[in-house]
Amino acid sequence: MAALRELPWPAKVYFVVLIGAAGVLLARSALAYDRLEWSTLLVLALLFLVCESVPTLLSVRQAAVSVSYSAALAAVVLVGPQGAALVAATAVLSVRPGLPMVKRLFNGAQFAVCGYAAGLAYNWAGGTVGLPQKTDFPEIILPYGAATGVFVAINFLLTALILALAEGVGKRQVPVRNMVQFLVSYCGYATFGLLIAGLWATVQSISAVLVLLPLFVARWAFGQYHAQQRSYEATIAALCQAVETKDYYTRGHCTRVSLASSMIAEEIRMGTERLNAIRYAGMLHDVGKLGVPTKVLQKDGVLTEEEFAAIQLHPMRGLEIVRGIDFLDEAFAGIMHHHEKYDGRGYPMGLAGAEIPEFARIIAVADAFDSMTSDRSYRKAKPITDAIGELRKNAGTQFDPVMVSAFIRALDRVGWQPRTMPEPAEPVPEMAAKDHDDPTTPIQVVSER
Amino acid sequence: MTSRNMDGLDSGQLLLICAAGLLTIAGIAHTAAIGLVGPQVAIGFGALIAAGELARLTMPGNREVAPISTAAALGYALLLDVGGEPATHSALQVVAVMAVGMIAGGLPHLAVGRAPRLDAIARRLFSGSLLAFAFRPLADVLRPEQGQGWWAPLGVMTVLIGLMLAADVVIASMLRAEQVRTAFGVAVRDETRMAAPLGAAVAASGILLALASHSMDMTALLAFAAPLLVTQVAFRKYAGIRATYLQTIRALARVTEVGGYVEPGHSRRVSRLAVAVGRELGMAEPELLELEYAALMHDIGQLSLSDPIPGGATVLTDADQARRIAALGAEVIRETGVLGRVAEIVRRQCDGLEKNPPAASRIIKAANAYDDLVSGSTDRDRAAAALERLRFDGGAEYDQDVVAAMARVIGRLAPVNRL
Repeated sequence: MAALRELPWPAKVYFVVLIGAAGVLLARSALAYDRLEWSTLLVLALLFLVCESVPTLLSVRQAAVSVSYSAALAAVVLVGPQGAALVAATAVLSVRPGLPMVKRLFNGAQFAVCGYAAGLAYNWAGGTVGLPQKTDFPEIILPYGAATGVFVAINFLLTALILALAEGVGKRQVPVRNMVQFLVSYCGYATFGLLIAGLWATVQSISAVLVLLPLFVARWAFGQYHAQQRSYEATIAALCQAVETKDYYTRGHCTRVSLASSMIAEEIRMGTERLNAIRYAGMLHDVGKLGVPTKVLQKDGVLTEEEFAAIQLHPMRGLEIVRGIDFLDEAFAGIMHHHEKYDGRGYPMGLAGAEIPEFARIIAVADAFDSMTSDRSYRKAKPITDAIGELRKNAGTQFDPVMVSAFIRALDRVGWQPRTMPEPAEPVPEMAAKDHDDPTTPIQVVSER
Repeated sequence: MTSRNMDGLDSGQLLLICAAGLLTIAGIAHTAAIGLVGPQVAIGFGALIAAGELARLTMPGNREVAPISTAAALGYALLLDVGGEPATHSALQVVAVMAVGMIAGGLPHLAVGRAPRLDAIARRLFSGSLLAFAFRPLADVLRPEQGQGWWAPLGVMTVLIGLMLAADVVIASMLRAEQVRTAFGVAVRDETRMAAPLGAAVAASGILLALASHSMDMTALLAFAAPLLVTQVAFRKYAGIRATYLQTIRALARVTEVGGYVEPGHSRRVSRLAVAVGRELGMAEPELLELEYAALMHDIGQLSLSDPIPGGATVLTDADQARRIAALGAEVIRETGVLGRVAEIVRRQCDGLEKNPPAASRIIKAANAYDDLVSGSTDRDRAAAALERLRFDGGAEYDQDVVAAMARVIGRLAPVNRL
């Protein structure tokens, strides 16, 4: 959503209607000024702004949750629906740099509507507005829960609608498990609002500090975590590249296989943790190749049985190297079995069909695809359509048909844009190298007997 | 199993565990004698402590923490009243509740075969007890009457928790200094850096819990866990990725061995020795981590060579070749875009002293040379001969402070290796 002008017209209509509705609610709330606790309101609004300005405590790729709405929920309890709407509307003023006005207005409007509705739900479920008394606990949890539910549901609906209208982002792109995780943490954050409201009677605004300090520490730790993760991924990619430097033609192979594997995994709706695992497994799948003598890897023509045995060993060698890392077991299985074939004629163990671990079936498709669509010394890169045809042809014999069709769907949807590798500074000597991953030029083995 | 664990403990740890044991006995005996004051509240907090122990986590540097358990213990120690009902439990009862909760929370870990870290548990119990003994006698004075403000108790709580956290850091540093043989001052800095963020979150939650119990009754116990749960999740993820990072570098450093470029185990041995020497020289933990990464990857440049150097002994190859490998390795590491300092350490690992390389590079140079000469053997004569050679090798190649520190480290290890 860059600018209002660029939005399709249904999104524009929706936007204007929402702003209008929020405007009406806010006007009504402001008119009730004589019944509102303005000092409380001011502190809560400030709190809301602070939280809103440091968002993404938890983020799924498509959306970020900020804890700000706990302040709005505290306002529901302390000052009622009108107060909640006014507090939430301050989202317009959030000091996040680079946030376009359209987004600010939308956020402010939708939060105001959510706050007002949550306040109504709270009253409807029997909650009393004002400083909670000791006798209110634990009964207050019920109306508070109702308010939270209404807030989250409306917020979710309003946001999903604008995303769908503006960008055509379908629901299918958010895996269900992520969605559940998202909603659970959303409800978890709601308890902060209850804590703030509950403590208001004793230490007023200090309660907000006490509640938010752990949250800011958590945010700091999440920040550290994301920084470490980015750093980790860069490092693992660089090291894998280093393993590949021997062969100019396979430069960037590991990162592309990682990308293609994650595309398939996303298409078949894997959860976040497994998705990360397969990205790492895709990255590291050929690390054992270093144990295979270079002259065997690059040998032109038929291989002796002994040389073929050396090649067959590379998945096991890879496994041996990465075994000390605390990955999911599936990642190890993926690395070890990525050269198994669906009909059982692969290596190292000759597994077939569903015996082959899921990760390995995915990596096999990604591996072959990248091999075919990259230049090799003995041929130029194939166009993507040819490579897809080759995958289709071998589905059921070499590849799992499910993974092949998932990959084709993913390619249709997002296309294939791997990061291009920088050209090497010095020319690399031409080598008549064969690629063991290339399904169009299968390895030929000559029997020595 | 326990006896084997006991053997591995240092004297400081044993002392702490004994102190905590005595406290536990005193607390439970006292509570058994006069009965549980406010049983419902005690059970509630005890359960929360147990749940927190169940969800403990290991931070970088193999430090075990249990933020939820600690916060609950602090909250119970600082409790003034529950829903208007004064909380009059004694400090010894706090100790008893903490001990029982910790033991109960530790049992499931034991059941699945995770041995308890007695020293870490003892430290949590001991620090919690310190706060309880300091605050409980004041509880009656501080409890505000109807209509009185909460500012005075809030101030006292904050000051006492601050003091307790400081004491906890000092204890942790003493244990650390003894355990990994680093200087006490360095350990204090490391522990403070590690403990500050989590300590702030735990302290705020502890106070929150004590205050919330006043206005929210026992609902506070439920509601309070949420902020800390988020913190806990964040730290768990952070600790997880840190551990995976190190494991991955360790694993990928081995590709040079699998490829036949260096002897098996070389990078691991060099990194262990380098870290031990770095510690001996008083390096702080962030520097040690960079040193470890650099030491693990110091030979990664060999991957760019088309033919492995026989045996991979870079101390015996000519200086230009070694320098080229170092430069190539640094280039690989620089590609990551994040490990710039590590790349610099690797690049300068061959520099003579006249070029004034960073301390980490000097350590790696000496450790690498030592391992090339000794290559994993535990023979003392061979070790002595190798050290001798580093000492008298012109004096312009190896930093003599590093060599002296290395001699001390190896001297300490030698008796262990002989067994």
